[in-house]
Amino acid sequence: MDTTGTLFLPPSGSTISGEVDFQFYFIYAASIFFFAVVTFASLLFVVRYRRRGEPTRSDAPTHNTLLEIVWTAIPTVLIVIVFVMGFRTYLKMHVVPGDAMEIKVTAQKWFWSFDYPEGASAVNELVVPVNQPVKLLMSSQDVIHSFFVPNFRVKMDVLPNRYSVTWFEATQTGEFDLFCTEYCGKGHAEMIGKVKVVSESEYNNWVEAGAGPAEGEGLADYGRRLYVSKACNTCHSIDGSGNVGPSFLQKFGAEEALADGSFITVDENYLRESILNPQAKIVAGYDPVMPTYQGLLKDREVDALIEFIKSLKDGQ
Amino acid sequence: MSTLEKAIADTNYLKDPPGIKNWLFTLDHKRIGVLYLYGIMASFLLGGIFAMLLRLELLSPDQVIVDADTYNQFFTLHGAVMIFLFIIPSIPAALGNFVLPLMIGAKDVAFPRLNLASWYIYVAGAIICLYSIVAGGADTGWTFYTPYSTQTSTAVISLTFGAFVLGFSSIFTGINFIATIHKLRAPGMSWFKMPLMVWALYATSIIQVMATPVLGITLVLLIVERAFGIGIFDPAMGGDPVLYQHFFWFYSHPAVYIMILPAMGIISELISTFSHKKIFGYKMIAFSSLGIAFVSFLVWGHHMFVSGQSELAAMVFSFLTFFVGIPSGIKVFNWVATMYKGSIELKTPMLYALSFLFLFTIGGFTGIVLGSLAVDVHLHDTYFIVAHFHYVMMGGTVMAFLGGLHYWWPKMWGRMYSEFWAKISLALIFIGFNATFFTQFIMGSQGMPRRYATYVDTYHRLHAFSTYGSWVLGLGFVVMAVYLIHSLFKGSKAPANPWRSLTMEWETTSPPITHNFDRPMVLEHGPYDYDVIDPKRRLEDHKREVSK
Repeated sequence: MDTTGTLFLPPSGSTISGEVDFQFYFIYAASIFFFAVVTFASLLFVVRYRRRGEPTRSDAPTHNTLLEIVWTAIPTVLIVIVFVMGFRTYLKMHVVPGDAMEIKVTAQKWFWSFDYPEGASAVNELVVPVNQPVKLLMSSQDVIHSFFVPNFRVKMDVLPNRYSVTWFEATQTGEFDLFCTEYCGKGHAEMIGKVKVVSESEYNNWVEAGAGPAEGEGLADYGRRLYVSKACNTCHSIDGSGNVGPSFLQKFGAEEALADGSFITVDENYLRESILNPQAKIVAGYDPVMPTYQGLLKDREVDALIEFIKSLKDGQ
Repeated sequence: MSTLEKAIADTNYLKDPPGIKNWLFTLDHKRIGVLYLYGIMASFLLGGIFAMLLRLELLSPDQVIVDADTYNQFFTLHGAVMIFLFIIPSIPAALGNFVLPLMIGAKDVAFPRLNLASWYIYVAGAIICLYSIVAGGADTGWTFYTPYSTQTSTAVISLTFGAFVLGFSSIFTGINFIATIHKLRAPGMSWFKMPLMVWALYATSIIQVMATPVLGITLVLLIVERAFGIGIFDPAMGGDPVLYQHFFWFYSHPAVYIMILPAMGIISELISTFSHKKIFGYKMIAFSSLGIAFVSFLVWGHHMFVSGQSELAAMVFSFLTFFVGIPSGIKVFNWVATMYKGSIELKTPMLYALSFLFLFTIGGFTGIVLGSLAVDVHLHDTYFIVAHFHYVMMGGTVMAFLGGLHYWWPKMWGRMYSEFWAKISLALIFIGFNATFFTQFIMGSQGMPRRYATYVDTYHRLHAFSTYGSWVLGLGFVVMAVYLIHSLFKGSKAPANPWRSLTMEWETTSPPITHNFDRPMVLEHGPYDYDVIDPKRRLEDHKREVSK
């Protein structure tokens, strides 16, 4: 793949750029051809039929049906080809591959922020693994912005009242400019970020480092954050009220009746098992509906959640 | 000069009736055209000064002369002044007003009072627009996109209200021209005997009348939202910002054709006259004007390919967009074919027409690039767009406007300009224009976003080159201003028909008498009948004219 760029186009860095560049240069070549014909004919006629002395009467035809049909039909065929190619690639740009990882993009005056599924977040620096489709779920906090990475040939407006979606799959590691291309006021020209494409292992390290507890944050407090960001709170309350699943309040150390009639004391290992393999022991009175968090949570995060649950000793 | 000749000279429209009051209350379409010409030339100067300042600021990546806020106001004013105050009224209201009745052998337009009213509304709208400068300036860009335009603290209401008022001026001119073309053509001038300039003005007028109200409504809604906090476009108040874009482009795309169609009309006149040959494919050119006018209403969504509109909508708009390209291409081929076996005289207006062909073709082809959905995603809102619309608007419309201005200059003022200096000026403009804007294609497709007050170093060389180009371009216009103003006082007397054209406006004196013609006009030959009118006979007429 071309990495140096051409006169008109910057180096390409995504799976889609090849198609875009081909179409650009296809139209370019066709345009050069017709432009040369028009220019050459004009210059030729100007030189050849330049008035010398008095104007002469011309016997040239004033219309020619065949010629007019031809010069209508040929461009028509060409633009239909251009249209079809453009539309097909446009659809590809809009259909996110099923295996794409999702990153939440938030635009505001005048910076970008990125939230990762693993809990990491970053400002003005989008770190992504190479050769991995990345879906961007984008929204704005204020006015309209637009997400543009020239090297990826990807652009999408970021709106304040709805999500917009785009995706790319980077094929080159390196740093690429990220511009805001919808005018958004004083800092518009400063709203520039970087897309940092790294290898998968580098990405995992980065996420690992970026996803841990904040500086000076206790494990239980980190767990409280994860309780929200990992969406435990949609099913499990921390105030004792009933929900889809059992409440976490005063759960640690309690005796729990299971659906199979046995009893168990809630300890670290039971909690760990219930997070990673929820169907193993179902609490009596609840449906076995919890999805596994195997692979979605790292050990440290499981530890933090358990520490959080342990901390819920009284109503809070 | 005999007393009689002097008496005749004093009946020309510039002198009769005399006095400033008679000018300001004139109902004469020629005088109103001249008044418009003053207005748009002043606007062009103002917009041009903003353009030069913008280019100067972009000379190097960091701040050069002004901060980001000021830069944002400059590009907003450059765009708004050039679009609403200069280019929309330029050909229809200034040149069109002057030549339309003359070209169809009429005494005046159908509604002379409405015509004068349109000029006063134009002046009022211009003053309201420019008031925004003293009120702190607006910084939204000429597109006024919401919710930015709802939230910014700058003088948006003044600028949008000015544009709203200007819309009425545009509508009045459109109504007037439609009625004039329908009802006031000279006996014998059937629809297909009309000059193509008249066809182009007709198609333009239809768009002006049908599309401008939508802009008016949109701007009023925006003002209502800002002034009274009624949520229409701002999501913070329950509105939808993309709705604004649909409304705005529903006018502003057809508006592009308000700007380019009359330019195409002028080019048809210039190429036929200076090739001394019947226009090739008259009917195709006439119908393609109407075709473009019709399709222009159905392509607004191509400004919104990355706005989040549905893929289906994007597909339809892309498809229709390409079909505006076809009639435009046909016109270009027809103009080239007109030159074939002609008798081509390279006077300044013809050189402008050739420049138009060259530049407009580049503008058109880059339009195809942008019409392609996948490629547009990359190029949208970059300098590629900036370059594209400057090639169409300036390389197209302004070149045609200047060509027309030089072509009808002798008719308008009764004086010839300096052919030598005109060619020098055109050469500077042509070179400067390409240096300024071709560079912008490259930096745009390389990724440089538009409306940036500062930029990353990657684009430095291209920006600097573009700025150097703008100086050459600016110099070209300074030269033009000098020789044109000089010609008003010192130019040689213009004959009635210096270009030996066959359209009717050349059958009256230069400048025309107040009532246009000294006899009721009847069509004696078609506008481009260079193949049937004997050049020898016309040569004798011409010699008689010159020797007078």
